[in-house]
Amino acid sequence: MESTAHAFKDNARAAVADPQLKRALAHVKTGFIGKRAKAVARLPEFEALRDAARDIKDHTLDHLDLYLERYEARVAATGGQVHWCADGAAARAAVLEICQRAGAKTVTKGKSMIAEEIALNEHLEANGITPVETDLGEYIIQLRHEPPSHIIAPAVHLTKDLIEADFRARHMDLPPGRSLEEPRELVDEARQVLRRRFLEADVGITGANFLIAETGSSVIVTNEGNGDLTQVLPRVHIVVASLEKVVPTLEDVSTILRVLARSATGQEFSTYTTISTGPRRPEDPDGPDEYHVILLDNGRSAMLGNEFRDVLRCIRCGACMNHCPVYHAIGGHAYGWVYPGPIGAVLTPALIGIEEAGNLPNASTFCGRCEAVCPMRIPLPRMMRHWREREFERHLTPAAARGGLRLWAFLARRPALYGLATRLAIGALGWAGRRAGRFRSLPLAGGWTRHRDLPAPEGRTFRDAWAARDRGGAS
Amino acid sequence: MSDARDRIMDRLQRARARRGADDAAAHAAVDGRLAARTRGPIPARAQLDPAAQVDLFVAMAEEQAATVTRVAGSDDVPAAVAAYLKAHNLPPRLRIAPDAAIEALPWAAQPLLSVAAGRAEADDEVSLTGAFAGIAETGTLMLHSGPAGPTTLNFLPETHMVVLRADQVVGAYEDAWDRTRAAARAAGREGALPRTVNFITGPSRTADIEQTIQLGAHGPRRLHIVLVEDGAGDGS
Repeated sequence: MESTAHAFKDNARAAVADPQLKRALAHVKTGFIGKRAKAVARLPEFEALRDAARDIKDHTLDHLDLYLERYEARVAATGGQVHWCADGAAARAAVLEICQRAGAKTVTKGKSMIAEEIALNEHLEANGITPVETDLGEYIIQLRHEPPSHIIAPAVHLTKDLIEADFRARHMDLPPGRSLEEPRELVDEARQVLRRRFLEADVGITGANFLIAETGSSVIVTNEGNGDLTQVLPRVHIVVASLEKVVPTLEDVSTILRVLARSATGQEFSTYTTISTGPRRPEDPDGPDEYHVILLDNGRSAMLGNEFRDVLRCIRCGACMNHCPVYHAIGGHAYGWVYPGPIGAVLTPALIGIEEAGNLPNASTFCGRCEAVCPMRIPLPRMMRHWREREFERHLTPAAARGGLRLWAFLARRPALYGLATRLAIGALGWAGRRAGRFRSLPLAGGWTRHRDLPAPEGRTFRDAWAARDRGGAS
Repeated sequence: MSDARDRIMDRLQRARARRGADDAAAHAAVDGRLAARTRGPIPARAQLDPAAQVDLFVAMAEEQAATVTRVAGSDDVPAAVAAYLKAHNLPPRLRIAPDAAIEALPWAAQPLLSVAAGRAEADDEVSLTGAFAGIAETGTLMLHSGPAGPTTLNFLPETHMVVLRADQVVGAYEDAWDRTRAAARAAGREGALPRTVNFITGPSRTADIEQTIQLGAHGPRRLHIVLVEDGAGDGS
């Protein structure tokens, strides 16, 4: 998708002022956080599982080329085919070629963030193939021509009255007088409409939560069953996955699955976890005749060697955004690209460039909740700090901020001068604000005073107060 | 395509080399891990005695909105199935898995039930399959695809019924993988998985509309498990 990450500040300002969005986002705070906490409390081994899950991914990343070699060999041995793709364009072309060879008119899709990353739907449409999103949330946003606003709950920014209006506008063959007020009725209608699409699709495209080196399998984790209908009914099954999804064994995937659903939705286990290996066997009564894996790099191999390597452990559970105060306030669209929230703030600059996405790592209070809940123990705040450093080094920070920092650095290296300057400034501010005790507005501090008052200093600087305390005087 | 593979692999190899790992040691570490299949931490609740494990399986499955009927022997299955269909006002027509153990159940004792074996068709409303295992820690079923297990039966019909023997219930996912590998070995297909392995925990659901959970999104609205207590035999 086209990025608007460069316009993050404007996006965020508009999002904060949107009352409908605020109503919808309230469900994130009340729903996900409590459910996760409850699920974690029920499993005494949870913290040990997080350590084990992190170690599995670290080990795999340390040997990524070797595991991918073994994975590819197993896929080939079971009759499937791996397509290596360096970037989004190559991946789109590979998918299109398979679809065209299959003579595909419609393609059903399970939820896939990689498909969003490579803007697959637009490419298929431009080439005369109709992609149909089948995950309910993805289906809703496809009707609205919107990108997902959350990596596991793509329509979390919408309230049900908006969804009702979309269904009425798009499902024109259904009776106009039908009731659609209850979520139940909306789900039933989507089920009915999409069932026909499942049955007529020529190709099914899913993502993969994991790839397994031991067996050459791909794994999808869903609750609706749409991913399974997508991959079992059509003649061709295409998996789009990025290369860091590989894990060594069935045991390793079992360990990580124990932390995935609990972190994501607070479920003990998702309804459907499906392990797929190759195309249908000659003796199988159903399943696809062809099985393809689009294995996407798109910048990840470069991350393997730099300070953002740990983010490749991510299993896309969404816990970081579910717990992020910034995400709670602005939702996912404001981040301007595929991955929102703390994971997006770290991943997006790596995938589309710090020039485009430099604002995202700044959208953090560094409260640390994302790292505290990340099942893979990814140090997200530290990585945002790395991006801020890079942004500064590459002179992408605004001139005013750079000037301010330079002035501060100049003073901080000269303690006597620093003491004098702060004493003068504090004294002047204290004198100017002596009456009201606070400032409603202040030159150079508009960013602060636009939303709240600045309390006036009450006298001495901290250093002076501290020195006085050391001398035994009153502080 | 192979150019892309070479370029990506080259970058990955250089990243590994920069970390200073000895190449032979790295290969040995990978082969060792793939062969050892070391387990991670197994939850204590997945290591109970068999009877407690079955009880936990039932409790966890019910918590996830599956329903469970426990019957004494496999001969009781058809009556339990007929009773469930009647209680839920469902049509007495079943698409059963082409599985010898399921087909051999005494269906003739339920003359009102019409039973046909095969993969699911679009208008099938109720399916009945076997299972490969039940996993107690989360009340999860494991189903294998194959000649006796069409995957469509698990997803197309609105009601999916599953016959599970008590001796098929294990504690942890890893226990079910051990049995899967043993079955492949016994069938002369060492190391192979069925085309599809489905872990199923309760009926289909979605929370995509305002985070309220609705059952029956695209897969079955109802998941009913008939648990055969006398599961020591071969299932027939």
